[in-house]
Amino acid sequence: MKFGAVAALAMLLVAACGSTNPNTGNTLAPPPTANLKPPDKIGAGEGQLNLIAWEGYVDDSWAKAFTQQTGCVVNAKYAGSSDEMTSLMKDGGGGQYDMVSASGDADLRLIYGGDVKPMNEKLIPDYTNFQTYFKTPPYNTINGIHYGISLQWGPNVLLYNTTKFKIAPTSWSAVYDSSNKGIVTAYDYAITIADAALYLSKSQPSLGIKDPYELTKKQFDATVALLTQQRQLIKKYWGLASDEISQFQNGDAYIGAAWPYQTIQLKAAGAPVADTIPSEGATGWGDTWMLATKAPHPNCAYLWTAYVSTPQVQAAQALFFGETPVNTKACAQMDASSPGSCAQYHADAPGSYFDTIKFWKTPVTTCADGSQSCIPYDQWVSAWTAIKG
Amino acid sequence: MEGLWTRIALRLWVALILLFLFTPIALIFVYAFNTSNIQSWPIPGFTLKWFTSTWNDPDVRRSLALSLQVGLGATALALVLGSCAAFAIHRMTWFGREFVSLMFVLPLALPGIVTGIALNAAFSFGGISLSTLTIVVGHTTFCIVVVYNNVLARLRRTQGSLIEAAMDLGANGFQVLRDITLPLISTAVVAGAMLAFALSFDEVIVTTFTAGAQNTLPLWIFGAIRLGQRLPEVNVVVSFVILVTIIPVVIAARLTGGGGTARVPAAR
Amino acid sequence: MLLLTPPLAWFVVVYFASLVLLLVTAFWTTNPFTTQIVQFWNTDNFQRLINEPTYHAIIGRTVLIASLVTITDAVLAFPFAYFMARVASRRIQTLLFAAVLLPLWASYLARVYAWILILNHSGVLNWSMHLVGLPPANIGYTNIAMWIVFSYIWLPFMIIPTYAALERVPESLIEAATDLGARRWQTVRDVVLPLALPGVVAGSIFTFSLTLGDFITPILVGGAGSTLIGNVVYDNVGIANNVPFAAALATVPVAIMAVYLLIAQRLGAFRAL
Repeated sequence: MKFGAVAALAMLLVAACGSTNPNTGNTLAPPPTANLKPPDKIGAGEGQLNLIAWEGYVDDSWAKAFTQQTGCVVNAKYAGSSDEMTSLMKDGGGGQYDMVSASGDADLRLIYGGDVKPMNEKLIPDYTNFQTYFKTPPYNTINGIHYGISLQWGPNVLLYNTTKFKIAPTSWSAVYDSSNKGIVTAYDYAITIADAALYLSKSQPSLGIKDPYELTKKQFDATVALLTQQRQLIKKYWGLASDEISQFQNGDAYIGAAWPYQTIQLKAAGAPVADTIPSEGATGWGDTWMLATKAPHPNCAYLWTAYVSTPQVQAAQALFFGETPVNTKACAQMDASSPGSCAQYHADAPGSYFDTIKFWKTPVTTCADGSQSCIPYDQWVSAWTAIKG
Repeated sequence: MEGLWTRIALRLWVALILLFLFTPIALIFVYAFNTSNIQSWPIPGFTLKWFTSTWNDPDVRRSLALSLQVGLGATALALVLGSCAAFAIHRMTWFGREFVSLMFVLPLALPGIVTGIALNAAFSFGGISLSTLTIVVGHTTFCIVVVYNNVLARLRRTQGSLIEAAMDLGANGFQVLRDITLPLISTAVVAGAMLAFALSFDEVIVTTFTAGAQNTLPLWIFGAIRLGQRLPEVNVVVSFVILVTIIPVVIAARLTGGGGTARVPAAR
Repeated sequence: MLLLTPPLAWFVVVYFASLVLLLVTAFWTTNPFTTQIVQFWNTDNFQRLINEPTYHAIIGRTVLIASLVTITDAVLAFPFAYFMARVASRRIQTLLFAAVLLPLWASYLARVYAWILILNHSGVLNWSMHLVGLPPANIGYTNIAMWIVFSYIWLPFMIIPTYAALERVPESLIEAATDLGARRWQTVRDVVLPLALPGVVAGSIFTFSLTLGDFITPILVGGAGSTLIGNVVYDNVGIANNVPFAAALATVPVAIMAVYLLIAQRLGAFRAL
């Protein structure tokens, strides 16, 4: 092996100097693909399109029509978490995948990992109709370069059983309250740490948490301590949406953070549940279709992005999944198929509304003030393993 | 030698184990008719709609086709490689035999997650992109072992005297193979192949790490379970697969169980 | 020798090369942000395993559950296999054998999922217990649930080799023991059990290693404190994309199985496989 000699030398170095990891998550250097120029026009479709998506994002009810219109046959691989998406997309999609419907907590990792490349928003006719916030959200746009086109967003709401909680809880404190022992559930991924940090930013202002994704060591430790306490209240963390649905339906959980999707499914099955955004606000996700650096079918990818940005598809997906379209024109479509849904999902919300939602983003070493004192994501993951024990 | 009470106790035990084995499977059948896509007990109502939606679901067809394809590919490769290995080991007498024998068992004995991430790391290191072929390679590693075990066990029970007699009567090596050895081991080969196929067909863990954009049936099921939107479809597909496989399984049981050479079916 | 070349080449090239590479990867590291592998040699991953009590707890729990599952399956399987091999008629034998094989065709995932329906708070189990006037069991989403489901899933893998071993015990040996005046239980203990042991040990290799490497059953039926080695490995590969740490962690089950296999070999399990 060619690195044999280097390896031996490195081993000596390790022995001599102990081990210090030479890599810090430095985000100041521009993304590796920043200079790749996106195309000016969409060419003929390649006949195939390989997507990594959240379950339900490539539903036949709209994917079929796309194939009929463009001749691009859509193959979807469903991933269960942002982290799984990042893993599948390694090495620029491996020459296999074309696009990923990544959430904000995966975006920066993909961008700085060189796994996705800039996209030309001018090729997406509906881009001009997007909510202003989602034209250039910080999780997919860097230095004015778009590494993807926003798709949908939604808040992480507080779901509760209305027979157990007759009055809607107004604070996230309910999920940390020891009187609710055994009936609380929480999302089984490291990003849940941000939910606790958001709560602490309001309940313990002295910690000085401004952004739940940028935590100093002291803030991080306090958050982990809160979650370690909460662990005693939890019967089961939910990893799959169906897990949480089953828990609420079968009396194994009465309160916990959820996606609006779970609320919709449970209500449809007649379960006594409701959800709310408590006074502290909520974390949320904003999803983006991103183009793999080694995408084998870029034209179909652009055609797909343009297609899913149209009001009809935006509305259909929003209603299917219980999330909110980024295209403001989708509002009328939503109300047409499900009256009142536009306002219910905040699809018509003013710009100020987005200040109350802290969108998922990848925690990195570099804090907003430029200092290198924030706790990066890999430590979130190991802390999460320790919390669960 | 068993007394009356022992026999009764054994019968009861067998009945309880069968109940234990088949209660979940009965539930799978029943909940294929569930009106709600959320499973709760007792079932809220019965419907046939999932049968139509499953039939019309292109994802189900595609993943079923892929699983069949992968299963056949892996089984075919395993048949060739596993039988070769069994013949070779059977003839070996030197001390390395135990070692080689142990080695061939490793892919079954080591946890699937180790095999999975080892292959995953190797593929990504070698710049090989994940595809149907990498799934087949992953499955073959453990399918070989099943075939190998079955064939080797049968060879061990085959009386050497038969072969010697044939040789004495003037048969050459090829004739012995065609007329004596192959007929003797054929049921073991068939049984080994069935088990290898079954394992490949239901494999989740190694597949998770070796599949690319393709979904095998178990991966599709895992996806469907995540959001739960199509949970009853999963039950429909699984019920269908069980019904289709009953007859081949009984035949395989006759071949292996009846012949008294039951072999370990091994890891998923 | 010629026959051995293709399978051996396959094993060395595909399997062993991958395992060795995995071990090597364990001494590398990743860029914490982009999660790409950096070939920087160090032993941090192993130090983390040794120093952090979280991982001790997880490894201990995994080995404990795997052992419990193995013992449970051996106890459940032995009388069943004994009945199949020595009591049942040829017809019943074939049917029972098919009944043991058939669940392997019902998707593992679907069977585990069916257990959620049985064990959850208002599930089949608690419903039945209520019906006969017993208090609810409330074992859904606990380590007990995990233990039951693992025992269920791997039971066929224990029954089959045990049956195969029992079936091979020569009738003449048992008759001889009886003729020599051995009581029934003495015969079972002194003649049948020792001869069946390699089969049970062969089955235990599967029940033990399958539990050691599983991550799906804990996700689906486990509770808040049900993390196993497989879950942490999966979380690090599939989720955090920290392959080096996952590789380091994966050496733990490999080491455990190596010891287990050596003992099994002593007990003659490979001849019973």
